[in-house]
Amino acid sequence: MKQTIFVKVLSACILFALSSASYAEELIMARTNQTFPEAMSKLQETIIKHDYKISRVQRIDIGLTKSGFATDKYRVVFFGKEKEIDLISEKYPHLIPYIPWKIAIFAEQDNTLLITVDPMRFSDKNHPGADKYLEQWKKDIEKVFATLRDSD
Amino acid sequence: MSVFLSGQADIVKLVFVYHHYYQDMTLSLKTHLFISLVFLLFNTGLHAEENGKQLYSNHCAACHGIQGTGGVGVPLALPDFQYGVTNDYLIKTIRSGRPGRVMPAFTQLTNSEVNAIVKHIRSWAPGKPFKYSDKKISGDIKHGKKLFAQNCAVCHGANGQGGQGTGVTFSRPRDLPVIAPALNNTGFLAAAPDMLIKTVLMNGREGTPMVSFLKQGLSEKDIDDVVSYVRSFEKTPHPKRIITNESLLITGESPRTLDETVAAVQRAIVGKNFRIIRTQFLNQGLAAEGKENRKQVVIYFCNFNTLNRALAIDPRVGLFLPCRITVIEKEGKVLVTSTNPLYMSKFFNNEELDKLCEDMHQVYADIVEEATF
Repeated sequence: MKQTIFVKVLSACILFALSSASYAEELIMARTNQTFPEAMSKLQETIIKHDYKISRVQRIDIGLTKSGFATDKYRVVFFGKEKEIDLISEKYPHLIPYIPWKIAIFAEQDNTLLITVDPMRFSDKNHPGADKYLEQWKKDIEKVFATLRDSD
Repeated sequence: MSVFLSGQADIVKLVFVYHHYYQDMTLSLKTHLFISLVFLLFNTGLHAEENGKQLYSNHCAACHGIQGTGGVGVPLALPDFQYGVTNDYLIKTIRSGRPGRVMPAFTQLTNSEVNAIVKHIRSWAPGKPFKYSDKKISGDIKHGKKLFAQNCAVCHGANGQGGQGTGVTFSRPRDLPVIAPALNNTGFLAAAPDMLIKTVLMNGREGTPMVSFLKQGLSEKDIDDVVSYVRSFEKTPHPKRIITNESLLITGESPRTLDETVAAVQRAIVGKNFRIIRTQFLNQGLAAEGKENRKQVVIYFCNFNTLNRALAIDPRVGLFLPCRITVIEKEGKVLVTSTNPLYMSKFFNNEELDKLCEDMHQVYADIVEEATF
């Protein structure tokens, strides 16, 4: 009996530890040695390889140089899958203002930085059905960023 | 992970306990525990030592640069920084971060992983870093405060809150090669022993604006007083972040039709001195042209002064951009909804950004209210 309780407690600790291990940073970021045009091209190519569509690329650089910024290379890339966007906007309207997902990409000297929010930060216990999409987006974003990091 | 099993020694203990009770377990329990243990071994970072470079690339390089040359984070490869800080300082900094000052707390990394990252950081400057004694410095806080105001406040802020903005070169010219650290930050105070602070004050830090205050005319006694004053920041509660339990959305229900509401939102946006960039359907660019859902309309807008202010605070704010309000018609209701900038801001660990997002929260709330009135 005593051993059974011990084992159960130990198992709970292990499971807790494993779940803690999967805790991630709130922002997913990557730096690549690639120049901005190369990284921008690679980013879009990699997003498409993961079966997403680029819905729009927004320039943020208009007026940046005039305002004293050393770079004018700053974009926001919106991407998604039509069916997922339609389904999520229908079933999980609380996510509508945050979709399609976006990645900010900008030059820092000879490097290029990419940044997005971990989609799982928008997980809501009242809408557990949305998690499978958020989890998948997170996995795909991590793969996309890993590709960019390794593309030096 | 670090709470329970933070290193190889802990794993050894667990294996020992597992073995000790093994005889008395049922087969299912044995199987269950065995599988858990195998997973655990692969998750504790036992192999992390060899992966310091990869771990650094994944967790640190985006801010600190691939070779530690800095960016949004400090240049870790700077020789004077390398020799001036201990491994303990680096470990505590990785673990606790700098609350409200961008550097997050990496609580999810195992001890092995943190050690591997530190080892990789150290590879840029072979040689032994300074060793500091744990000796507490007991100086004249009142005098230290006076000296701090005269010599330190210009860079580190009147209350040791640090310089404004982030990092070194982040996409714009900088007056300083590094932003002066926040000396009143709980993360800094926990990581830096008195003797480390004293040494930096005495020697300065080459490659940064931090000069030797011995050479500037302060005595060692004066420096001890300044160190005591800096340490006294621990007794002053650091202002808590504005963000507590923010909701995901700012939402209002409109009494008008969808088209009328879109026009009302656009008027409200212009009334707040923002410029409409684009109005489009939510799935535009994803759905075939002409097949978009016309009951989901997104209005993008911007104010260049606010944009530049935001970029000066934290260049990562592209994730907020452009500003956006969405109007949707669903089940006979027309809803106006937007992201909550304060909800987003909490991911950035940047107090300055929190303040801007508080302002933007009000702008969004006003637009939604006006458009749905």
